[in-house]
Amino acid sequence: MGQPDMKASHLLPAYVGTYILFLYLPVALIPLFSFNDSIQAAFPLQGVTLGWYRILLDTPAIRGALINSLIIAMVAAAIATLTATAIAYLDVFPRPVLSRLVAGLARLPILIPGVIVGIATLILVNLAGFGPSRPAIVIGHVLICLPAAVTVIRARMAAIPRSMAEVASDLGASDWQVLRRAILPLAWSAIGSAFTLSFLTSFDEFIVAYFLAGTDPTLPIYIWSQLRFPKSLPVVMALGSLILLTSVTLAALAEALRRRSKI
Amino acid sequence: MERRPALADGPGFRVALSVPGVAVTFGLVLFALLLVVGLAFRTNDGGLLAGPLTLANLVAIFTDRLYAIIMLRSLWIAGLVTLATVVTAYPVAWYLAFHAGHRRGLILFLVTLPFWTSYLLRVFAWKIVLAYNGVLNSAMMSLGLWETPSTALLNNPAAVVVTLAHAYAPFAILPIFVSLQTIPRSLLEVSSDLGASRAQVFRRVVLPLSMPGVLGGALVVFVPTLGDYVTPSLVGGPGSIMIGNQIQAQFGKANDWPFGAALAVATMLVILIAVALVRQADRRWGSRT
Repeated sequence: MGQPDMKASHLLPAYVGTYILFLYLPVALIPLFSFNDSIQAAFPLQGVTLGWYRILLDTPAIRGALINSLIIAMVAAAIATLTATAIAYLDVFPRPVLSRLVAGLARLPILIPGVIVGIATLILVNLAGFGPSRPAIVIGHVLICLPAAVTVIRARMAAIPRSMAEVASDLGASDWQVLRRAILPLAWSAIGSAFTLSFLTSFDEFIVAYFLAGTDPTLPIYIWSQLRFPKSLPVVMALGSLILLTSVTLAALAEALRRRSKI
Repeated sequence: MERRPALADGPGFRVALSVPGVAVTFGLVLFALLLVVGLAFRTNDGGLLAGPLTLANLVAIFTDRLYAIIMLRSLWIAGLVTLATVVTAYPVAWYLAFHAGHRRGLILFLVTLPFWTSYLLRVFAWKIVLAYNGVLNSAMMSLGLWETPSTALLNNPAAVVVTLAHAYAPFAILPIFVSLQTIPRSLLEVSSDLGASRAQVFRRVVLPLSMPGVLGGALVVFVPTLGDYVTPSLVGGPGSIMIGNQIQAQFGKANDWPFGAALAVATMLVILIAVALVRQADRRWGSRT
């Protein structure tokens, strides 16, 4: 609201500050108590320890779950990003009817709760014969990563002037050359951002993976299995702190990439 | 798949490029959803495809009071969470769109960052906050404000609402911010020049124009919260069982996949109705430009 509001009170900034504080406060407790020398996550703090992190490093099950999560996130993000790039390109440039349908369907999982994506994938992989396993989680994660990946890459491609592709094509570039030499170089940072965000989504994902995990748990599934045991909560908090640190770093990276793609 | 005559490389290129998208969307998204719908009409005999069809699952869901109660509770909780999220997010989106200035990028990053951190950990954080021997109780007692720890914090629907509203808070900000940002400033100036008070400008101009963002944000929060099972089982206690918990149980302990699939179909129907209502609302109050 133009001028009158500009000199409005400090109420709004204060509200935004409180909102952000509220957003971070509960999550900030996890790293705080991961250094606390007590099984209980309670005040007053009992002194600083790195003991929980030491136990963390000495637990082979956690290393196994970490490697499993990394592999799944890598593969799922790669498939989701490649597919999303193809879908976004076809939807923006040649734009046949089928591509529009595909692009719409690719964003459908955002309207389906995770639990249903999970059981739908579970039925699918059982029908396919391999059942709950690493590839099953990859399939489930591709589905939930796809909407955001398509949205990010499509937004970038839509911002590229159509004349760019037309000029390249008029100058004799084949469809493949247009994509590879004209469009992809302009969209690479959005593609990188989509990959990073897909990787993060998969790495942190629990709701879908819960139904699809075979004998090897992912990190979130390992955490879930430990939540029942009060004794292992401090180690879970140490593990959670490291996961939060990783997520925040990667999200910042994706944001930096996304900003670059705007120039 | 691609019938339009292509220019340079012939249709081969586009067909090849269509393969991953078509495979994933038709082969995975659509096919998996059809499998769920198909399974909902099966008896629980261990088979997935072949076999006799039955309406018993869906009839049970729509006649048994238990499921009506659970579905209504899920709707109630998801509705409250959506309302709380949208109402608290609106001023933040407002600030971002009109007042943030050079701090916009930073604040936008700060409010969307939690979106990319582990959902499980965000819920777990609330469990340690609200637990009997947890953070809030111990903090209040160390400060001398409470004599004894309270058991009323955890294991009730209110804990579920607070936790979910916090976990999904950032989801609503972005769509509302985008819709506020596209409002031409001149419209606001004109309305106030013509004598509208600030409240009138908000109610008659800004709110209707930002409605698509509000409704979009509401949907993005409503859908995942309606089907959530993690928060009810971590902080909700027995009185907060939601439809997601029921679906999860049928594919786990109860081991009745067809019935679980039928519950999933019922949930998707409810979401479909919600989407239709949102579209209707959008047409009515939203895009009146």
